[in-house]
Amino acid sequence: MTLGSGIESSFLTELVFWSLSILIVSSAIAVVQIKDLFRAALFLIVTFLGVAGMFILLRAEFIAGVQLMVYVGAISVLIIFAILLTRDLEDGSPAHSFRIPVALVAITFVLIAIYSIVNTDWSEISAISGDLEPEVIKVFSNAIPSLSKMLLSDFVLAFEVVSVLLLSVVIASLSIVRER
Amino acid sequence: MGLEKFLILGAILFGIGLYGALSKKHAIAILMSLEIMFNGINISAVAFSRYTLPYSLSNEPVVEDAARFILTGHVFSVFIITVAAAEVALGLAIIIAVYRSLQTILITETAELKK
Repeated sequence: MTLGSGIESSFLTELVFWSLSILIVSSAIAVVQIKDLFRAALFLIVTFLGVAGMFILLRAEFIAGVQLMVYVGAISVLIIFAILLTRDLEDGSPAHSFRIPVALVAITFVLIAIYSIVNTDWSEISAISGDLEPEVIKVFSNAIPSLSKMLLSDFVLAFEVVSVLLLSVVIASLSIVRER
Repeated sequence: MGLEKFLILGAILFGIGLYGALSKKHAIAILMSLEIMFNGINISAVAFSRYTLPYSLSNEPVVEDAARFILTGHVFSVFIITVAAAEVALGLAIIIAVYRSLQTILITETAELKK
């Protein structure tokens, strides 16, 4: 069996994938192209929503929920607040004078990445397919208990470090924005 | 062709974010481009988790706690989202503080340390 040719390769999921990716890429381009920052932030929310849909397509419903709560719910609100607090810059979001070379760098990066992705033999790391598929589907549909177990056993050091990071970020941002 | 599609989408998102982060003058626009880059990375991590298995697991299909190996990409993605949220909170605090003292947040004009 080839890569990913499980129950997911139906016409409907293809349709969902392509429409979602067109939505994501076009709204991401709109974010970096639109001069008005507030509209760019609204398009950023569209990008986040599309990525959440992509996570659901990848059977990562918990990650999709986290994406909705953290990105769509919190980060975009923070960004819009910051835009509104600093609104009286008149000329929106101008670009540098050297945006053409930067665009060339980005396009070169994307082309190299696509080249290496297409030319890699992914069967080396053994695609999930065939008779393994039902086992794996069981894991993905019961992901949250396994994720919590992993966070508190295998990744407990990173988990604790992240909690310290969040606490220090809260304290730091409060002390930075405080009026003196 | 399942994995490649998602990896290419993640690479394209990363490239768009790279262009935005390097070509914008407005600090908030740079932060938004960074978020696009994080989203591309997240799509790649979750796609790897969905479509690949570690080599040790693929030799014996039924392992007791297979979830520990399969869901590693999800854990990476959770950590990336957490760190991105922390980074945005701190970055916007710095932006507001800079705006308060300099009345601008164009990164070309906030080069106080250079003078």
